[in-house]
Amino acid sequence: MTTATATPGTQPRFEPALMRRKMNGTIFYGACLLAIAILILALIALLLNVVVVGLPWLDPQFITGMPSRRPTQTGVFPALIGSIQLALIVGAITFPIGIGAAVYLAEYAPDNRITRLLQTNISNLAGVPSIIYGIFGLAVFVRLLGLGPVLFSGAATLALVILPLVIIASIEALKAVPQAQREGAYALGASQWQMVRGSVLPAAAPGIMTGIILAMARAIGEAAPLVVIGAATFVTSLPQPLQGGFTVLPIQVFNWAQRPQADFQGVAAAAIIVILVLIFILNLLALIVRARLSRHIQW
Amino acid sequence: MAAQQIQLTRRRPWSERIIELLLFAAAALGILTTIGIVVILVVQTLQFFQIVNPIDFLTGTVWSASIQPYKFGVLALVSGTLLVAIIAMLIGTPLGLLSAILLSEYSSNRVRNVVKPVLETIAGIPTIVLGFFAINFLSPEILQPLFGVGLFSALAGGIVVGILVTPLIASISEDAMRAVPRGLREGAYAMGATKFEVVRKVVLPAAVSGVMASIILAMSRAVGETMAVVLAVGTFPQFSFNPLESVQTMTAFIVQIVQGETSQGSVQFLSLFAVAMVLFVMTFALNIVSAWFVRRYRTAY
Repeated sequence: MTTATATPGTQPRFEPALMRRKMNGTIFYGACLLAIAILILALIALLLNVVVVGLPWLDPQFITGMPSRRPTQTGVFPALIGSIQLALIVGAITFPIGIGAAVYLAEYAPDNRITRLLQTNISNLAGVPSIIYGIFGLAVFVRLLGLGPVLFSGAATLALVILPLVIIASIEALKAVPQAQREGAYALGASQWQMVRGSVLPAAAPGIMTGIILAMARAIGEAAPLVVIGAATFVTSLPQPLQGGFTVLPIQVFNWAQRPQADFQGVAAAAIIVILVLIFILNLLALIVRARLSRHIQW
Repeated sequence: MAAQQIQLTRRRPWSERIIELLLFAAAALGILTTIGIVVILVVQTLQFFQIVNPIDFLTGTVWSASIQPYKFGVLALVSGTLLVAIIAMLIGTPLGLLSAILLSEYSSNRVRNVVKPVLETIAGIPTIVLGFFAINFLSPEILQPLFGVGLFSALAGGIVVGILVTPLIASISEDAMRAVPRGLREGAYAMGATKFEVVRKVVLPAAVSGVMASIILAMSRAVGETMAVVLAVGTFPQFSFNPLESVQTMTAFIVQIVQGETSQGSVQFLSLFAVAMVLFVMTFALNIVSAWFVRRYRTAY
């Protein structure tokens, strides 16, 4: 594109090679569309592959059945219940801590070194690979606190994985609340906490709740930290949070997908379909909660 | 912060102080997590170094944790990790950047309504699903006929991780491009530049720190990615940069050790922590550099 710029010594012309320059633009736009086409194709191939391989195995017996060494008789019920319990416990842990941390950082924290340290630390934690959290969970929850490789240890570990994401999303939501909202509450004589609880939090609730639900969806699909803390792969009883082995859907998928036999690949794909449906439901829930909570908000 | 400017004349009651303390505790929990991670990794890595010479560990290129003679040369795992991450970046960077340009510069509503949901869906897919896709479809149906690779290859892992990091690159880059002031674009148009020239010579150079930040952060994600890689790349640690061969990444080794029957005090189990330490330091360094670039583009305009 040397013709496009007027370099010293050459005569600048008004429309140097405009046709060719526009042509380059069209080619580039074509490349952008091609990139999107590749992504769409990859996504379709991925989903189609899972559905084609997995759908024949997806029957009521698979959903409600216990695992078996034989793929034709196996089921994912303990893993499904494990995943749902896990998501609920993760949500229950993340909800108070995530909102509390976000409220402190967005509403209370003075602008000093400690605050900046807390903020930097949270964004750094968001970048730590989840498998490292697994090692932390193994050392602290499983060994130090002596909980063992139980569902609660897994949930606590996953809660730590998603906390930075929840805190960052909640801070964004709190910062989007207009300042007038706070001043209005103070004008009515509210204390700082009354202001936060009665005025700011309800206004930020749609954003915060969406963040938490989407983070729970992420936790449902996460497997690496659970492999490290020692989730079992063959569990024939329903998990109890504080005792006994547990398994979850992504662990089941991992276990089956490692085996080359077509039947095991089939049940792995079927379990993936169950995970994707769960994640879809949570995304839908996030949309509904968001719409409901923002009904009364107007600014 | 802003609320602090409003002065209260009455002394704050004790209940208010307790609440603030609780909120502070929630925010400070992350510090404990960080300290915990660092202490665990350092203590166990030092124990490992009492058995294996740290210099042999950091400079050795042969890794054999389960077959005698035991060798712990971490470069074999680091090379596998970097190989997968580099392939991922070669795929994720053009896809993510072009999507970002489409979203930020060319976005008609019609294009946006397709591109955004596609990227969000990819971002929401659990990584284990991408691993399954790699060994169930990508490797046997596409890569094997094309390149004659085995079921496990760095290439297969790199491709799925590349797809995985595309939404991340796209969203941060789009952010950076949107932060470029309109005036810059309009100035270029006034000089007679075409749309493509504006994108290439004005928007991209102006957004370069954000684009760099997104690529480095994606690299960090790729280095730390576990489940997509474990299934796809195999369990054969070797110091090789041939994408068609089976390798082992640091994350995949950690999974192999915790899945196996390794006893907890053994040198194999301790090596897990040393590998995790290398992984932690690598991703941490990448995150720091990425954050530095983000700060640069946020303050630029």
